[in-house]
Amino acid sequence: MKTYLHIDWTSCDGRGLCSELLPGVLDRDDWGYPVARGKVGGERTDVPLRDADLDAAQEAVFLCPRLALSLVQRTAPEPGQRTPGR
Amino acid sequence: MSQPGDSHRQEPRLLAAGPDAGWARHLDTFGPWEPQAAGPGLLEVLAESGLTGRGGAAFETWRKATAAAGSGRKGLFAARPVVIANGAEGEPLSFKDRTLLAHAPHLVIDGLVALAAALGQTGGRTGSQTSTGGTSMYVYAPAASLPRLRQALGERPGGRRIHVVQAPETFISGESSAVVNMIANGTALPTDQRRRLSESGLNGRPTLVVNVETLAQVALIARYGAQWFRQAGTAADPGTRLVSVSGPAPVRDVVLEVPGGVQLSAVLKEAGMDPGYLSAVLVGGYHGRWVRPADHALAPAGPPGRTVRPGAGVIHALDLQTCGIQATAGIVSYLAGQSARQCGPCMFGLPAMASVLNRIAGGETNPRLTVELDRLGRLVSGRGACRHPEGTTGLVSSALEVFAADFRAHLAGYCAGPGRVAA
Repeated sequence: MKTYLHIDWTSCDGRGLCSELLPGVLDRDDWGYPVARGKVGGERTDVPLRDADLDAAQEAVFLCPRLALSLVQRTAPEPGQRTPGR
Repeated sequence: MSQPGDSHRQEPRLLAAGPDAGWARHLDTFGPWEPQAAGPGLLEVLAESGLTGRGGAAFETWRKATAAAGSGRKGLFAARPVVIANGAEGEPLSFKDRTLLAHAPHLVIDGLVALAAALGQTGGRTGSQTSTGGTSMYVYAPAASLPRLRQALGERPGGRRIHVVQAPETFISGESSAVVNMIANGTALPTDQRRRLSESGLNGRPTLVVNVETLAQVALIARYGAQWFRQAGTAADPGTRLVSVSGPAPVRDVVLEVPGGVQLSAVLKEAGMDPGYLSAVLVGGYHGRWVRPADHALAPAGPPGRTVRPGAGVIHALDLQTCGIQATAGIVSYLAGQSARQCGPCMFGLPAMASVLNRIAGGETNPRLTVELDRLGRLVSGRGACRHPEGTTGLVSSALEVFAADFRAHLAGYCAGPGRVAA
C-alpha cells in the first residue's frame, strides 16, 4: 500500500497553505493552485508521497481551509494500467 | 484476405434495420431474443470480443463492467448496481450517437438490459423478483432524442422500468461523473472522484456509465457472439464503430460504420472527400488530435504516427484554404468557455491558452507565444476532476505539431491561408 495526497480540484481555491507545508512536494502555478513537482498526468491529482512527507501531508489535510485535501491508501497501479472513467 | 482500409465497404451492423426501426422491424432484422438470457456469461463473451468503449476513452467494456459487478458483490449488504446508457453528445462535431438513438433505439435498449441483467446476476443478489437482479437502468440523452426513446421504451415489454433523464447541451455533460451527478442532483458537472464510480456512483451504488453505441454493440455481441463481432476490424481493434464525418462544403455531414483499424483516407473517400485536397483532419473530436489526411489507421492503439485514436468517433476535415491555427483557436476558445469553472487550473488555464492562440491567429509575431502555449498546456494537464484540461492540451499539442509550418509563418508575420495576411 502506498499513500497518495488526493487534491479535490472542485474544492481547491488556491489558498496555498499546502504548498507552504509541503514545499518539496508541491509548487504553485500562475494562479496559486498547487502543482505536484516533477509529476505528470494523474499523479498531479493523486500525488504519491514519500514516508518523510507523511506528517506534513497530514497537517496540510487538517489545515486546508477548503477541505480539498485527503490522504488515500491504495496499492500502486501497475505501469501502463488505465483506470476506467479517469 | 483484403487489407483493412481498401475500398471494400462495411456492411451495416448497427443500422441494419434501416431508418426509424420500430420494435417489429428490430425483431425482424436482428431476430427475437431475450436480453436477460445473456446472463452472467455475457461479461466473458464481451472479454472474448475485445469490445472497447465507443464514447471516447476506448476502455475495454468487459473490464469496466467486471469492476462494477465485483464491487456490487462486496460487503454484507450487496449494493445493487446501476447501469446508465450515455447518449449525451455535447461535442458540436459529433452526431453518431443521436443518429443511432433515432434509428436503432431498440438495439441500445437491448444492450442496456443485457448488461444490467449480467451485472445483477453476477452481483450475488439472488432471489430478486426482477429479471435484471435489481440493477437499475437509466437512459441519459439530450432533449431531441427523448421523444423517440420514450416511444421505443413504450413499444417493448418491460421498457417502462427504464428511467429516462435529459442531458443538458453542454460539452462536459457526457463525462461519466457529470452524468451521475445530473441524475442524482440535477447538475451535470463533473465531481471529484476520490472513489471510482464502479465502487461508489449513483446513491453510493456501483455504477456503470456506458456510451449508447457501446451498448448497441453489446446487444449484437450477445446475439451473435464474440467470433461474429471479430469478423470485422483487426485483431487489435475488432468490430466496427460509427464515425461522425464532416468536412469542407459541399461535403455533407454523414455517419459511417467503419471496421476497426480502417485507414483514415478510406473513410474520407467514402464520405466524398479527396484526401489530396485537405490540409488536416481533426480525429476524435475537440479532445482529439489534428493529423495529416494520409497514412493513418483509425484505432485506439498502435504505432504513433501511423495510428490515430478515434476517441468519440469524430472526423472533421479542413480544406487547403482554411488556417489550422484559426480553426484551433476557435475550438480552444469554445472549450475554454465550456469549462465547468470548478477547478482552478482549467478555469484559468484554458482561457489563457485560448488567448495565446487567438493572439497568434490574429497576427501577433512574438516568437515566445508558442513557447508560452506549450508551457500552459503542461501546466494544466492532469489537474482537474475530469479530463477536460488534458483533452484540450492534447488538441493544442497536436496543432503545434501538425501546423508547425503555419505557426512559423504566423510568427514571421503572414498566414498561409489566403486573404488572411497578418499585419
